[in-house]
Amino acid sequence: MPLYYTEDQAMLADSVTGFMADEGGIKKQLRHWRDIGCKDGFGHALWKQFAEMGLTGMLAAEEDGGLAMGHVEAGIVLAEIGRNLTPSPFLTTAVMGVTALSGASADLRGRWLPGVIAGESVLAVAVDEGAKHRPERIACRAERAGNGFRLTGKKDFVVQGASADALIVAARTSGSDSDADGVTLFAVPRDAAGITHHSVRLVDSAMASHVTLDGVELDGDCVIGDVDGGRALLGKVLSAGRIGAAAEQTGVAAGAFGMTTTYLKTRKQFGKLIGEFQALQHRAAHLYSEIEIAEAVVLKAQQLLDGGSERAELMVSAAKAKAARVCNLAVREGVQMHGGVGMTDEYDIGLYMKRERALTEFMGDANYHAERVAQLSGY
Amino acid sequence: MSDLEAFRAEIRAWIEANCPAEMRAPVQGEDDVCWGGRNFVFKNAAQKAWLDACVAKGYTVADWPKAYGGAGLTAPEAKIWREECARAGARPPLSSFGIWMLGPALLKFGTEEQKVHYLGQIARGEVRWCQGYSEPGSGSDLVSLQTFGEDKGDHWVVNGQKIWTSYADKADWIFCLVRTDKANTYQGISFLLFDMTTPGVTTKPIKLISGSSPFCETFFDNVVVPKAQIVGQLNRGWDVAKYLLGHEREMISGAGDGGQTSAIGSVLKRNGLDDPMLRAELAQFDIDALSFAAMGEKFLDEIKVGKAHPAQPNMMKYAGTELNKRRHELLMTAGGSTALEWDSEETRGGAPSRAWLRTKANSIEGGTSEVMLNVVAKRILELPGA
Repeated sequence: MPLYYTEDQAMLADSVTGFMADEGGIKKQLRHWRDIGCKDGFGHALWKQFAEMGLTGMLAAEEDGGLAMGHVEAGIVLAEIGRNLTPSPFLTTAVMGVTALSGASADLRGRWLPGVIAGESVLAVAVDEGAKHRPERIACRAERAGNGFRLTGKKDFVVQGASADALIVAARTSGSDSDADGVTLFAVPRDAAGITHHSVRLVDSAMASHVTLDGVELDGDCVIGDVDGGRALLGKVLSAGRIGAAAEQTGVAAGAFGMTTTYLKTRKQFGKLIGEFQALQHRAAHLYSEIEIAEAVVLKAQQLLDGGSERAELMVSAAKAKAARVCNLAVREGVQMHGGVGMTDEYDIGLYMKRERALTEFMGDANYHAERVAQLSGY
Repeated sequence: MSDLEAFRAEIRAWIEANCPAEMRAPVQGEDDVCWGGRNFVFKNAAQKAWLDACVAKGYTVADWPKAYGGAGLTAPEAKIWREECARAGARPPLSSFGIWMLGPALLKFGTEEQKVHYLGQIARGEVRWCQGYSEPGSGSDLVSLQTFGEDKGDHWVVNGQKIWTSYADKADWIFCLVRTDKANTYQGISFLLFDMTTPGVTTKPIKLISGSSPFCETFFDNVVVPKAQIVGQLNRGWDVAKYLLGHEREMISGAGDGGQTSAIGSVLKRNGLDDPMLRAELAQFDIDALSFAAMGEKFLDEIKVGKAHPAQPNMMKYAGTELNKRRHELLMTAGGSTALEWDSEETRGGAPSRAWLRTKANSIEGGTSEVMLNVVAKRILELPGA
């Protein structure tokens, strides 16, 4: 398979690029919701428009009313979300949530997927416990109780958690905290008794929750997949989230870079356009090269993931780490090359810097994924 | 897809049947490479058998047209050929500047007669080519070159000097940039081909910091070159030169070269090292190596269908060579004091240190990293005044 978009994928990219620039732009979405102090941090009307565009059900199976597309297609949407800093539940709901539900019973899929596909429901993923992403260790407990389970524990960095109709929760049904086995995924409805959200606004204006599960009683039919055997499905959810975040990071990087090169071509100092200075040209050209490479490895990982390759996990981690480093470089160079105005809230470049930070932390930072690359490579 | 899958099966079986076991061992050094040419001495019978088998099928230049010695494979078929060779660990049957550099330029700018004649010789490994570009006073500023061809009616008389001519002492023919109009800088250069045994051509190897002498000084003293041996139009050789440089930069970048771009973290285990800082550095490197390998694949796929930016080889060369230099810095660190040995048997004559030193030329030859960044800034980013 060639490492570029198929005709269908290129057509999708065209339509999503236009849609996101028109409807998902920084002024219309990010700044608007931020400035009014929206408790969700995103617009439900835009989420409806995502549904009308057919984006919400991209990864869902056809039998569930979805389009059965893959991570390459989802990545096309995420890159444009990144380029426009569009706040939306796409990554957590349509990518990670839907991937989790792909392992659920028909009943459970029927309960949540129609709302997601219609753009009426939002899902959030509750995996992290603590300030760093360490999903190998899951301490949150789910004990058998009656017909179902009782969940007790804490989850952190649950993006859009308080806005979600259901939380996808990874909990321990047996074994000790760091065991690979004994993990189970649950779809926890928002109105379940015993859940509290301590909702906080993040640096990028997205909302995230510290979730406390205090003896949350769930029916057995809230279990996604097999009891104690959730690690593989969790792995799929994490891979989907990681490659999705990486795709979004390439969009953030490209957006920041485009803004920066435009600035280099318009700003004058010493009687010259600053883009005439070789010191800046070389840094811009280096950054171009890095962004191209990050886009390539992200696409490679998406293709491998879609093809079910055994190398997919390695490449997903390589892609997440590379995209993180490159995106970080892009926003740092962006602010620096903008000079003083780069520090102002009026200019958008600083918003890219904030988004980059949040995306890097989401689903494992560059160091976490470098460690994984080493482990998966056998050293 | 089923056609391509059938093709894959056919290629796999053909390699299985025709590639000798010796030709599936990793290339250990320069003397394992088959360069072809009039004076080439095969290292063993297997090397010759593998070349002969590939020549018969056109696989030395799989995607060239059959009329010019290739196999006429389509882009997806050629990719399958590369993938299956990599899978089997099969060495390239033939390596040459004819394949990588002159061939593509002839395919674009050559006359039909030139294509049939020169490309066929290249495909069959009969003639080994070298490249006459740089001069002592014209390195990064290549277009200032002074080697002059005086018009003598049906031939030119060429005088001047080239430098960094890779393997000039082993090559049979040279493709050479020669000034044919002193009044015009860019539009005063012609792209000439001539035999290295022509009277007046002499070469002198240059000893490098790696101890070997892959590069030469090449001198032209009243060298007669017939008029038919020009590629493209008179005084428009810079167009050919630039096009060829794109292919040269692509080659040096290591795109599609599994060895040059592959991950190296596993050397840690091989060398029995337990250094957490080195391990972290290797992991960071491997991320970049895996990423660049994907970039190489994407670039080669895109270039086949005209999707790549024409100046993209410059980016590839910059990124690929900087990566390769880093690779060898890390290999030296992982090798420790053993890697310092200059001529021991254990290091196969100092292979690690010599290879490390050799990579320092990667970001100089074929255009320095700084020139590559200039070109990217100008042609891709369209920055002002670049």
